[in-house]
Amino acid sequence: MANEQSLDIVRRSASTGDPPDIRKEQQVAKLIDVSRCIGCKACQAACMEWNNLRPEMEHFEGSYDNPADLNPATWTLMRFTEYEPEDGHLEWLIRKDGCMHCADPGCLKACPAPGAIVQYRNGIVDFISEACIGCGYCVKGCPFNIPRVSKVDHKSYKCSLCSDRVSAGLEPACVKACPTGAILFGTKEDMTQWAGERVEDLKSRGYAHAGLYDPQGVGGTHVMYVLHHADRPSLYAGLPDKPKIDPLVQAWKGVFKPVALAALAATAVAGFVHWVVRGPNEVQPEDEAAGRKMLDDGPGKPEAKQ
Amino acid sequence: MRRERGAVPRYTPLARANHWLTAALLILLALSGLSMFHPGLFFLSHLFGGGEAARAIHPWFGVVLLASFALLFFRFVGDNLWSRDDTRWMGAIRSVMANEEEKVPEVDRYNAGQKLVFWGMTWLILILFFSGLVIWDAYFATYTAIETKRIAVLVHSVAAAAIIWVWIVHVYASLWVRGTVRGMMRGSVTAGWAWRHHRKWLRAMARGER
Ligand code: HEM
Ligand code: SF4
Repeated sequence: MANEQSLDIVRRSASTGDPPDIRKEQQVAKLIDVSRCIGCKACQAACMEWNNLRPEMEHFEGSYDNPADLNPATWTLMRFTEYEPEDGHLEWLIRKDGCMHCADPGCLKACPAPGAIVQYRNGIVDFISEACIGCGYCVKGCPFNIPRVSKVDHKSYKCSLCSDRVSAGLEPACVKACPTGAILFGTKEDMTQWAGERVEDLKSRGYAHAGLYDPQGVGGTHVMYVLHHADRPSLYAGLPDKPKIDPLVQAWKGVFKPVALAALAATAVAGFVHWVVRGPNEVQPEDEAAGRKMLDDGPGKPEAKQ
Repeated sequence: MRRERGAVPRYTPLARANHWLTAALLILLALSGLSMFHPGLFFLSHLFGGGEAARAIHPWFGVVLLASFALLFFRFVGDNLWSRDDTRWMGAIRSVMANEEEKVPEVDRYNAGQKLVFWGMTWLILILFFSGLVIWDAYFATYTAIETKRIAVLVHSVAAAAIIWVWIVHVYASLWVRGTVRGMMRGSVTAGWAWRHHRKWLRAMARGER
């Protein structure tokens, strides 16, 4: 996605300095009500259509998941799970997978390329492809396993939440296409409130553990799910129960780097100071004489040393 | 080897070529790697034609480094085995730093500090190579799990900082002890240098053992 929205950027990968802060904007969110999804994949098709993506044709893998996984040209994917609760029923859990647009994005934290990942004021996390260097660090940073780096152009791709449409006042393409109203888009506040009503409804129908998935471990997300089994998100094709940026990523991208650079600089300075204080270790004329003598006259006896 | 008067041969032309190739690769790796290490150093990527180019070429430098260092390793390992004297030499490190070499044990071809640089480079290059393979996503993205890659990238990052630290020590020591660089540039050192810093080695040479 080309970057037409620099006034709206609040965070920029691998960058220092203050972002522009003149505009005020509301936080947006997409709400995916898993309980209303019929798995028709209209959203998946609309995503390809709007973003003009044509993934490679794959083979049948014995599942409704098609393609088998997210890929550089598949930014959203319906994942199907057959779940059998103890009572012998069968539940077909269908989750629309894709970027969650974390408030605290692990990809952005990990990215080494200035401006390859940005976060807009409305909460959307976007990849600015022309700045991407294809290192794959975002893949390691993401707690949801979303970004995919292309083998062809070595750029990383994921759902943009249709940042181009949203900036023009439109809803994302997937939202537009959904025939059951399972995907809604609006301010985060409105979506949270609506989700509350849906959760009440589900509870009244016997889903005691229904709830909203807006994980606080990543500061909340701008894509949220209504789940019938919010106590066990991992039922839904491995949705993380408690996602957060991995401690290894925090350690890698945290204080270690500035401290390491400071230590290296300090070592170089220590060398300089040593030179100034102690001076270079120079071979003296008497060393040369003694050395030549040893070469000419033979080794002699090793000196006794303490 | 041909012996000019007062000069002691130390490195053959092949050994020097091997050393400087390894050195060039290590510097290229440090520069291209550091460009991805910290935002403040991203400008280094321009030395390689931009971020994408630096990202793409860095691991290839690494592969060549491993090959070049392997040759260097087998060339030098025999003279870098640790001995009792090395432990005593380390014990007298304060005198070494104070340029008071009369107070430290006689040194063979390499002193304990040089040996530590040798082994530090050896282990760190191995660690960097294998952790580097795990995070070389252009070719090996599907071979390891993301969790493994997270460990590898952290290990790679820490090992890179460590090897650059060893490199700074190595370069400073060679400048501080005057006459050392000449050994790697021209292949020979003066008899006085050998007498002053590597007397046991000079003795062996005078005995005709080297
Ligand atoms: C020996 C073989 C080596 C291999 C195969 C290797 C491979 C890699 C790879 C694949 C990356 C990720 C970026 C990219 O895809 O280019 C990387 C990053 C890096 N490498 Fe290496 N490398 C090697 C040696 C070295 C050495 C010797 C140094 C230091 C002198 C070094 C310093 C770095 C640094 C600083 C980074 C960035 C780490 C970060 O972002 O935290 N590498 N390396
Ligand atoms: S692959 Fe691109 S977007 Fe992902 S971390 Fe690397 S430079 Fe950033």
